[in-house]
Amino acid sequence: MDVEILSRLQFAGTIMFHYLFPPLSIGLGLQLFLCELMAFRKGDLAWEAAARFWTRIFAVNFGMGVASGIVMEFEFGTNWAAYSRFVGDVFGSALAAEGIFAFFLESGFLAILVFGWDRVGPRTHLISTLMVFLGSVFSAVWIVVANSWQQTPAGYRIVWHDVQGEMMPRAEVTDFWAMVFNPSSVDRLSHTVIGALVLGAFFVTSVSSYYLLGGRHQEVARRCLSIALPSALLFSLLAAATGHASAQKLVHTQPAKLAAMEAHFETTDEPTGLYLFGWPDAEAKTVRFGVRIPKLLSLLVWNDPNRPVPGLDRIPPNERPPIWLPFQTFHLMVAMGTLMIGVAGLALFMRLRGGLERRRWLLKLLIPMPLAAMIANQAGWITAEVGRQPWIVYPSVQQGVEMMGLRTSDGLSESVTAEQVLGSIILFAIIYALLFAVWLFVLDRKLRHGPETPEELREHKRRIARSGIGGLLADQGSVRGGMLEERN
Amino acid sequence: MSLDYDTLTFIWFVLLGVLLCGYAILDGFDLGVGMLHPFLARNDTERRLVMNSIGPLWDGNEVWLVTFGGALFAAFPVAYATVFSSFYTAFFLLLTCLIGRAVSLEFRSKVHSARWRSVWDVGFFLSSTTAALLLGVAAGNILQGMELGPKYRYFGSLSSQLGWFPLLVGLLTVSLFAMHGAIYLYLKTDGTLQQRVRRAFVPLFLTFASLYLIVSVATWIRAPHSLDNLVRHPWLWIVPILNLLAVLNVPRAMHLGRPGYAFFSSSMVILALGSLFSTAMFPYLMRSTFDSAYGITLQNARSSEGTLGTMLIIAAIGFPCVLSYTIAIYWVFRGKVKLDSSSY
Repeated sequence: MDVEILSRLQFAGTIMFHYLFPPLSIGLGLQLFLCELMAFRKGDLAWEAAARFWTRIFAVNFGMGVASGIVMEFEFGTNWAAYSRFVGDVFGSALAAEGIFAFFLESGFLAILVFGWDRVGPRTHLISTLMVFLGSVFSAVWIVVANSWQQTPAGYRIVWHDVQGEMMPRAEVTDFWAMVFNPSSVDRLSHTVIGALVLGAFFVTSVSSYYLLGGRHQEVARRCLSIALPSALLFSLLAAATGHASAQKLVHTQPAKLAAMEAHFETTDEPTGLYLFGWPDAEAKTVRFGVRIPKLLSLLVWNDPNRPVPGLDRIPPNERPPIWLPFQTFHLMVAMGTLMIGVAGLALFMRLRGGLERRRWLLKLLIPMPLAAMIANQAGWITAEVGRQPWIVYPSVQQGVEMMGLRTSDGLSESVTAEQVLGSIILFAIIYALLFAVWLFVLDRKLRHGPETPEELREHKRRIARSGIGGLLADQGSVRGGMLEERN
Repeated sequence: MSLDYDTLTFIWFVLLGVLLCGYAILDGFDLGVGMLHPFLARNDTERRLVMNSIGPLWDGNEVWLVTFGGALFAAFPVAYATVFSSFYTAFFLLLTCLIGRAVSLEFRSKVHSARWRSVWDVGFFLSSTTAALLLGVAAGNILQGMELGPKYRYFGSLSSQLGWFPLLVGLLTVSLFAMHGAIYLYLKTDGTLQQRVRRAFVPLFLTFASLYLIVSVATWIRAPHSLDNLVRHPWLWIVPILNLLAVLNVPRAMHLGRPGYAFFSSSMVILALGSLFSTAMFPYLMRSTFDSAYGITLQNARSSEGTLGTMLIIAAIGFPCVLSYTIAIYWVFRGKVKLDSSSY
C-alpha cells in the first residue's frame, strides 16, 4: 500500500477513535451541569449525588479524550506536511485559537470539577463545571471551523512563494472573520455540537434506565431521567433540523458530496427521487436493491418537488468522491437519527403518562441507545470527510476569482515512508485497542457501582465538616466498602 | 496595531519560546515526579500521594505542549510541517509515552488490586522517563542540525537521530526534570516521604550538574555554530551567566531550607536553558547539515503578516485568561498533598 492510503487510514483511524470521547464530554458535560444546577438551587443531596457520579464518568472519558487528542494536534505535521505548509496560515490559526481559548479553559477548570468537590464552595464548583462545558464547546467551535474551511474555503487568497527556485502556492488569510464564518461553518458546527448533546442525553438516559430496571439508585435515576429524556428528544429533533439545513447548503457548496451521499448518478429533466436504502454500484452507475421515493430528493433539496437535482455526471470524473461509503454512512446516520427520535418520543410520552417504569421493554430499549448516537456521530463524519475527496482543500471562487484546491494526494509528507506510516498504524492500533478495553472495563465498574446514596453523601459531608479535608486520610480505613475512598 | 512584519515574526519566535519553556517548566516537574515515583514511594499510600501531587495539574501542563504545536502551526507552518515529519517515528514514540502517562494516572487507582496497580506504576515510570529523553533528543538534533535537503525534504531516519550528542542532551533533560520534580515533591509532601525526597536531592543535583558541564563542552564541539550569536553580540553572554547562577542557586536555596525558592530557581534554570537554546538557534528554526541555504529560518517559515497580527490579538486576549486561571488553580490545590474522596 502507498503512503497516501496508509496516511488516510491512519488519520481516519485516529480521528474516529478520538471522536468516541469528545462528543460524550460535551454531551455529558451539559447533563452534569444541569444536575449540579438543580442541586445548587434546591440544595437536594440526590441531585448532588448525581452530579458527583457523572463527574467520575466524565473524568475517565475526558482523560481518554485528552490522551487521544494530543495525537491529532501533531498528525497534520507528521503525515500531512505539504498540506500543513499549504494551509498553515489559515488552519494553524484556528488550531492555535483552540489551544488558547478552549484547552486551557477545559483542563484548568477540570481540576476543580474533578478534584474540587470538597475544596471549593458550591458556587465556585458550579461555575467551574460550566467553564469545562464551555471549554469543550469552544474546542468544537474551532476545530469544526478549521474543518469547514477545508470544505468551503473563504476569506483567503493563494500566494506563490519562491522556495529555493521553485514557486509553491499557499493559502493566506485575507479576512479572518470570513474565514471563520465560511459558508458551512455555522450549519456544520450546530449539527456537530447537537450530535454531541444527543449522545450525552442518551447516555444519561441509558444509565438511569439500567438502574431503574435493577431497582437501584432510584432517587438519582429518576431525577436524571427528568432532564435527560426531554433533552434527548429535543436534541434529536434539532439534529434532524440542522442536518437538513446542512444538506440543503451542499447542493450549492459541494454538489459532488450531495450526489455521492444520495448515489445520484445522472442528471435528468425529471424530478429527483430519494433512495431509502440500496447498494450503489459506481461502475454500472446504478443502485442495486434500492427503494426509491419519487420526487423526495428534489423536495428536500429545493423545497420544490419538481426541480431536478444535479447528479455526479456534472462533476469531472477526476473530481468525484467515492460513492458507496458516503451513501451507506449517510443513510446509516439518518436511520439512527430517526430511531432516536422515535424511541425518545415514545419513552417521554410514556413517562409523562406515568407508565415508563412499568414498561420494562422500553427501559431495556433505552439502554443501547447511546450506541445509536455514537454510530450516528461517526457515520456523519465519515460522510463529510469521504464525501470531500479527492480534495483535502476544496477549490473555490473568491470575489469572482477561481482559487485552486489541494488534492489529498498532494498533501502528504514528502520525507515519510510507507513503512514508517505502517509502523505507527500498528503501534497505535495496539495502544488504542488496549486503551479501549481498559476504558470499557473501568467505565463498566463505575456504572455498576453507581452513585452514592444521599445518606452516604450526607455522612461524607459531615465528616469533612468535622475534621477538614485531611481528616479523610485518617478515616480512610473506616470508610465503608471503599465507597468514597477512591473516586470509584 | 502597526508592527512591521519582521517585528511580528520576532514576537512570535519569543512567544513560541515562552510556550515551550512554560511546557518544560510545568510538565517538567510532573515528568520528573513520574521518574522518581518508583524509587521514592515505598507503599501504595505513598505512591498515591506522589501521583496525586500532580493529579489535578498534569493535564493542564500538557496543554502547553498542545498549544505550542498549534501556535507553531499558525506562526511558522513550514517549521511545524518539517519538524514533525522529520521526527516521525520519534514523535509517535513520544505520543505513545504521553498517552501512556495519561492513562496510567487515570486508571491506576480505579481498581483495588496490587498487580493492576504495579502494571500502571511501571507504565507511569517508563512513559515519563522516555518522554523526557525523547524531548531532549529532539532538542539535541535541532541544535546540531539535521539532514535537511532542498525544499524542506528530510533525508535522515530515527537511527540517524540517535547520535551521541542528542542522546547526551536527552540524558541532561531527564536529569533536569528529575531534579525539578524532586524539589516539587519536597514541597508537596511531609514526614518520612519528604525526608526520603530530601536525601535524593543531592545525588540528583550532582548528576544534573555534571551532565550540564558535559553537554556545554559537547555543544561547543558538536554544534560550534551555537556560539555565533554570542560572538556577534557579546551582551548575550548574560544568558549563559544567568543560567549558571540559576543552577548554583538551586542547592543554595535547598540548603537554606527554602524549597519554594529552590523550585523557582530550577524553573529559572529551565527558562535560561530555553533562552540559551533560542539564542543558539536564531534566526534558524532548523539547521541543515548539507547546506545552510536549506535551513528553515524565521523568514522562510513564517505565516503571512495578517495572520501573525491576528494571532497576536488572539494571544493578547487569551494569555491573560490562561495565566489567571492557571494561577487560580495552582492556588486552590496549594499546600501539602492529601488523599481524599476524589483522589486518584
